[in-house]
Amino acid sequence: MGIARYWREIPQRYNLIGTKCGSCGRVYFPPKAICPVCRRKSIGKMEEYKLKGTGTVETYTIIYTPPPHFEGEEPYAIALIKMDEGCYLMGEIVDCDFEDIHIGMKVEACFRRIEEDGTRGAIQYGYKFKKAE
Amino acid sequence: MRDVAIIGSGVTKFGELWEKSLADLVAEAGISAIMDAGIDGTDIDAMYIGGMSAGRFVGQEHLGALAAEVSGLSELHIPSTRVEAACASGGLALHSGYLAVASGMYDTVIVGGAEKMTDVAGKEATNILASAADREWEAFFGATFPGLYALLARYHMHKYGTTPEQLAAVAVKNHHNGSMNPKAQYRREITIEDVLNSTMVADPLHLLDCSPITDGAASAVITSVEKAKEYTDEIIKIKASAQASDSISLAGRSRFDALPATIEAAKRAYKQAGIEPSDIDFAEVHDCFTIAEIMAIEDLGFFKKGEGGKAAEEGLTALDGEIPINTSGGLKSKGHPVGATGIAQIHELLLQLRGKADKRQIEKAEIGLAHNVGGSGGTAVIHILEAI
Repeated sequence: MGIARYWREIPQRYNLIGTKCGSCGRVYFPPKAICPVCRRKSIGKMEEYKLKGTGTVETYTIIYTPPPHFEGEEPYAIALIKMDEGCYLMGEIVDCDFEDIHIGMKVEACFRRIEEDGTRGAIQYGYKFKKAE
Repeated sequence: MRDVAIIGSGVTKFGELWEKSLADLVAEAGISAIMDAGIDGTDIDAMYIGGMSAGRFVGQEHLGALAAEVSGLSELHIPSTRVEAACASGGLALHSGYLAVASGMYDTVIVGGAEKMTDVAGKEATNILASAADREWEAFFGATFPGLYALLARYHMHKYGTTPEQLAAVAVKNHHNGSMNPKAQYRREITIEDVLNSTMVADPLHLLDCSPITDGAASAVITSVEKAKEYTDEIIKIKASAQASDSISLAGRSRFDALPATIEAAKRAYKQAGIEPSDIDFAEVHDCFTIAEIMAIEDLGFFKKGEGGKAAEEGLTALDGEIPINTSGGLKSKGHPVGATGIAQIHELLLQLRGKADKRQIEKAEIGLAHNVGGSGGTAVIHILEAI
């Protein structure tokens, strides 16, 4: 992923900044310019909102055939997490045996390296998830 | 809006066609559809071609002009448009052509779809396919395309008790059907054990739960029902042509046991056709992964939600079953040249409706449905055809 493309999403990837609809109160991640439920009523009322980072595994998979930027990382676990605020996030589950991962497992976001652009390129960071304490 | 008919179709062989270029495939499919329809180039008012990512697979964009040229239509300067909705590009090309004819803007339109996927290495092809998902919020974090469907499969298994054997039954059935399709990429039978023993790609999906990477093209000619009578006595009417969208990312949705875009497109299609799911005799559904066929036959209303796996296991979707699904072999065995798939499904419906499906011909083929999905359900396109 190009540097600018990565850089402009640092607030979301580092600090889980999403948006909250000022009309209905629903929380979205990544940030939305408009609420898909309230639509017109939400324009100008979408506020920045920092997610707590805690949630529950809704479903998960173990990836054995990785994309190019994850080569050498396989096998690894990817899950769809229902965040406590109600929105869903996709991310890797780390620091956990695959056998322990299950639907309904409580997780919390952590800050990790996602990929490196070769040995001299930029290192890209973002959120992953681990079992909640 | 006026009634629209399909008067001809054609497909290339599907497979790893190293000796053929994208242009060769487009020309071959287009010419065979024109020959089948019995029309001449001067009869054609416009062209729509579906392609997901020729730009990344072979470094070629501007598919509309390319398709017009290789089909021998460039001197006629007809409007030619490329449409894209990932793996639903073909279905969307037909929907676009349908709207143009139904509106009265054009009389006769050629639609097509093509993808040349094996000029790049397998890993690169997989990476290109991941662009059908959300690059920033799914692919970046390590999700692959099979991974997204694996998430849906795990959810379905957890909620409804769907088993790996039931998923495998879909692949076994589709390979059986494909073994009788001379155009199919894989014409060999497989067993449940073959599927369960194949390499794990994204748990719970094995390699043989996944459709392959394929080169191929397909084409069809459509015109108004009135005008179709000038060309043929065998009128195949497009009873419905419907499209629906959804969030491109799975995380943007609120249910994971279905593809809501399929449910919505189906609702619209049945309403337009004035029929119920039980009126459909057979269907080609988008089985890019085995779980996708199980969700599709539920979302399309053929089986209750949660009972798709059981239906596959009990043979209800086999050639001689209650409702034959993917008589062509589906994406799984016939192959999945992403842009071509939606039109290739239509070609199979035509063969069945005309009674020309040879060894895989089903007994009652009067109303058929084609279901084409883009990405993990960001787009769904449904067509219902009837022999009148």
